[in-house]
Amino acid sequence: MLGALTTLLVFQLLGEVIVQFGGWPIPGPVIGLLLLFFTLVLRGALAEPLRDTANGILQHLSLLFVPAGVGVMVHFSRVSGEWLPILAATIVSTALAMGVSALVMQWMIRRRKQGHGRSGDGEGGGA
Amino acid sequence: MTPRISDVWVYLSTTPLLGLTMTLLAYQAAYWVYQRAGFNPLLNPVLLAVAMLVTALHFTGTPYATYFDGAQFVHFLLGPATVALAVPLYLQFGRLKTLAFPLLVALLAGSVTAIVSAVGVAWLLGASSSTLLSLAPKSVTTPIAMGIAEKLGGIPSLTAVLVMFTGVSGAVMAKYVLDGLRITDHGVRGFAAGLSAHGIGTARAFQVSEQAGAFAGLGMGLNGLVTALLVPLLLVIWRWFA
Repeated sequence: MLGALTTLLVFQLLGEVIVQFGGWPIPGPVIGLLLLFFTLVLRGALAEPLRDTANGILQHLSLLFVPAGVGVMVHFSRVSGEWLPILAATIVSTALAMGVSALVMQWMIRRRKQGHGRSGDGEGGGA
Repeated sequence: MTPRISDVWVYLSTTPLLGLTMTLLAYQAAYWVYQRAGFNPLLNPVLLAVAMLVTALHFTGTPYATYFDGAQFVHFLLGPATVALAVPLYLQFGRLKTLAFPLLVALLAGSVTAIVSAVGVAWLLGASSSTLLSLAPKSVTTPIAMGIAEKLGGIPSLTAVLVMFTGVSGAVMAKYVLDGLRITDHGVRGFAAGLSAHGIGTARAFQVSEQAGAFAGLGMGLNGLVTALLVPLLLVIWRWFA
């Protein structure tokens, strides 16, 4: 677990260093994610402790948003002037973006299954 | 010479211990309620925990900075947690490869929808132009969204509030929207939740399944990159027409 946590921090650090040098507008941990992902793909293996530690952290991902959430509500007054357009825009557009991306993806998967159905490459088994 | 309660309070309120412990207690209480309610999405644990803590800070007159001295230890873990998303992504790599093209098309469709509909609805309801610019990147993770808003002349701290609204409302609505559209595939459900409601949507997806979580993490990451490119482009097109 200690080794796994260190691995995660090392990749985050690498990501931060790359972002700082490149002056990119992307958060360092996102680059760290990509680096770790490609490392795992190249190695073709995942150590058990890393898997357990990652799953452990991600199981409680919600917890990690709590401090920022509290901070945001302190700035709530910024919204109060235009609360109606802001609330409506946020809710409508979040539901629309979710619905559109899900429908498009599902439609493309189905279309391809029908197209390739007879050639028998039974890929993408459903969940 | 027993110290009075107010003395103990004065001491505790200056150490990080209190903020950290309060955060963990509030979250576990919120999670307990959420579990007891059969994981009803309306009782989202982030929403409940934040509400409890904001109330507590308000009534004790504790400034946010004091609270954050302790809560920062939890906040810090967002970095390693983001890196940890590589693990479920790797475990789903086989399926991801076969779905590369559908993912890409869904990404573009979802990303454009998020930006255009957010700005469009607020514009129709008469929001100011700095609010519109702050709304445009609201579906992506906070650091990217704030960066975009700043570059365009929006208000970054307003964007942070909008990003949080988006995440919580997405996590609350996801089940109803996706059930309503009869989307059953956990990969598709997760991808849509992460794309539209970033990390909080992703956290929600991980509560459902590892596959949903992995696809949500992917949706969040990719939409962050695409939105950073699309918002300035759409703004140019908008100004050209307007």
